[in-house]
Amino acid sequence: MRYLIALIAGSLFGAGLFVSGMTDTTKVQGWLDVFGAWDPTLAFVMGGAILPMMVAWRLTANRAPLAGGQFPEAPGTQIDRKLVMGSVAFGAGWGLAGLCPGPAIASLSYGGAGGLVFLAAMLLGMGAAPRMGRYLDSPAHAA
Amino acid sequence: MEQDWIMGLIGGVLIGLGAAVYLLGNGRVMGASGIIGGLIDGSGRNTGKERLVFLAGLVGMPALLYVMTGAQATTHLTGNWAVIIAAGLLVGIGTRVANGCTSGHGVCGISRFSLRGIVATLIYLAAGGLSLLLMRHVAGVI
Repeated sequence: MRYLIALIAGSLFGAGLFVSGMTDTTKVQGWLDVFGAWDPTLAFVMGGAILPMMVAWRLTANRAPLAGGQFPEAPGTQIDRKLVMGSVAFGAGWGLAGLCPGPAIASLSYGGAGGLVFLAAMLLGMGAAPRMGRYLDSPAHAA
Repeated sequence: MEQDWIMGLIGGVLIGLGAAVYLLGNGRVMGASGIIGGLIDGSGRNTGKERLVFLAGLVGMPALLYVMTGAQATTHLTGNWAVIIAAGLLVGIGTRVANGCTSGHGVCGISRFSLRGIVATLIYLAAGGLSLLLMRHVAGVI
């Protein structure tokens, strides 16, 4: 059951990337390129994705997940150094290549050698991230 | 183009439905960086199979759709290897340190009015715009 649900969710995610054209890095960079040929498509993708999720979060009240277990706890409100610095780094890389983690994984099926190299570098970065996180958390580094 | 934003909206709704299925079905936040990152650093060992099946759908569905529709995959990814590698490293480190990316902080976070999700999204959008401005219009690298 859990696996079937995960497969359906992943497939919907992949189908959405295909339909929306977010597999094309120029569409992503077009959204970020405010001073160039600006392309608003990404805002519609984000907006379209947020709508069903607003309904879904409401449906989690007084219920349990279909496959058992519990729903995620309420999100924290702490804006710490890791959230800020991590998002700066992510945004910088996202702007450079026009790929974020979802499309980067999906591009395995169509992205050619470039997509493969990006994915490999991304996984390497993810492996190094816990160490970077501890560094940002260390009191010696407190501003 | 007018058609682009309609397809964007439809595709977006599909992504949101995927996130809703994952949340209501398995009780999990559908964040791409968290799902794959947990496999890399070992924090998601107990849910490894579920993660792998999700990723199989994420890769398999676009592959299937490209074959079925006969559409040509156009990624327009830069041919500059140094840029690709630097960008990949930044995205990998950044999303895991910040504990979320476009799907986790963006789609799943904003939709529940999470302060962290909203702040992260504003920051990575600004950083993305700035990096593109500097590297394309100032340095001319991409």
